[in-house]
Amino acid sequence: MSNDVLVVGASQAGVQLAASLRELGHDGAITLVGAEPHLPYQRPPLSKAYLAGAATAESLALRNDAFYASHDIDLIRGDRVADVDLDSGKATTETGRTLSFDRLALTTGARVIRLPIPGADLPGVLYLRDLDDADMLAQVLPSARSVVVVGGGFIGLEAAAVCRNAGKDVTVVEMGARLAARAVAPVVSDFYRQAHERRGTAIRLGRTVTELLGDKGAVTAARLDDGSVLAADLVLVGVGVAPRIELAEQIGLEIRNRAIVVDRFAQTSDPRVVAAGDCTLLPHPRGGDDMVRLESVQNAVDQAKIAAATLLGEKKPYSTVPWFWSDQDTLKLKIAGLSTGYDDVVVRGDPGTEKFSVLYYRSGKLLALDSINQTADYLLVRRLLGAGGTVPAERAADVDIPLKSLAVTNAG
Amino acid sequence: MTIQQEFTPTRRPAVMPLITYVDPDGGRHEIEAQRGDSVMETAVKNGVPGIIGECGGFLSCASCHVFVADEWIDHVGRAEDVEDETEHVILDDAAAERQSGSRLSCQVKVTDDLNGLVVHVAPEQS
Repeated sequence: MSNDVLVVGASQAGVQLAASLRELGHDGAITLVGAEPHLPYQRPPLSKAYLAGAATAESLALRNDAFYASHDIDLIRGDRVADVDLDSGKATTETGRTLSFDRLALTTGARVIRLPIPGADLPGVLYLRDLDDADMLAQVLPSARSVVVVGGGFIGLEAAAVCRNAGKDVTVVEMGARLAARAVAPVVSDFYRQAHERRGTAIRLGRTVTELLGDKGAVTAARLDDGSVLAADLVLVGVGVAPRIELAEQIGLEIRNRAIVVDRFAQTSDPRVVAAGDCTLLPHPRGGDDMVRLESVQNAVDQAKIAAATLLGEKKPYSTVPWFWSDQDTLKLKIAGLSTGYDDVVVRGDPGTEKFSVLYYRSGKLLALDSINQTADYLLVRRLLGAGGTVPAERAADVDIPLKSLAVTNAG
Repeated sequence: MTIQQEFTPTRRPAVMPLITYVDPDGGRHEIEAQRGDSVMETAVKNGVPGIIGECGGFLSCASCHVFVADEWIDHVGRAEDVEDETEHVILDDAAAERQSGSRLSCQVKVTDDLNGLVVHVAPEQS
């Protein structure tokens, strides 16, 4: 029986899935379709090293051109799968290609959420998701003077740090009461506000941008909901992403919270279809009933590996400890675990020194750690969580004792 | 090929620097590297098994751990001599036990000077 796989979406998850299929010995055809014209590339550096000029487009490639040929992966770039018929195993693309498959993998990722306000389509209003976005930004940044960043999450803060380092006047406007609220505890949010303010970036919390004003066809200012107007010849929007679920909806896959529901094996509600990466809603990798969305390289890679194994009939449940990172100027954040549902935090070290860790607990059990410029703590806790270990909360703040000495393995 | 030959730095002119990866099973992968890419990126882009480079080279994991041969380590530089101590800290905690030639290959940039470099891929990555 043939087992040809069509992978829709050629970013981190899709490329990994295709590569893992070959690594695991898949001998059927693999077709990998990406909407962008570029050789599939890494996204995280776009808001960090690439934007700062420390990486080239070539260096961002996930794999060389030759890799796809030598691994017999048919990479189709600059086209989009528009229609899928699972029963006949046929897909058609926007340019009219017909692709045959036995099994389907959706690694469609997510698209940026656009600002639904007047002036949002003015030149000078940019988003950060794709290489083209970053290239456009790199082009206009040198001549910009005042930058308004809409959204105080990691992408926004990373971009703000790069702009500030380039000598721009930077204001971050965040609708929530604190920065990166979805990802970190209040103590870390407060730390970020102070650290960015120390670097000369203005932070406006609890404010929304209601209108972008333009003159002669380019953005010149942002009006906030309190009536204030901020000069801006560049507006960077980072207000989150939404999974691309059109194909999944068309096929009739189970969708929840606007994402594709998968099980621990990256299997969707249809046994012929797997999904991986930003487009999925998955069971919490560390057990329990919670379903989570994980927008990260780590998840894209690990879930894609699981999906590839599932397609080949090797069922390996996904159990990796999630991890994330964010580089903002000299602030290197590394997160191990998921803090969702925490009821206690312990701060280890002084945030004022820009070198500290925060441990998250639920019912006394360690869930996660955020480390700022404390890689040793991060590495320890990532491994500890994988082994079901913990650090007793009552002692975790004591910086005179290395975290390693406080670790307890195999705790309940 | 003897060990002696294997690790002798070569100085032959090449269009692109040649890097040899020896995987834990002894398999050799000779790759023409792009200058400016890291030794990790070179491996990942060309599909060398065993080097994962999961974090993309941002010193957030230890999944590109290699052992640089004694003959090469002074050209490449030692992890403990890097000013930013993060790599040093990560290597101390890597899944495969650290050796004197241990490096995170994402921190080693390919230059003409490294033409002929041989690295052994660590048997476990984390």
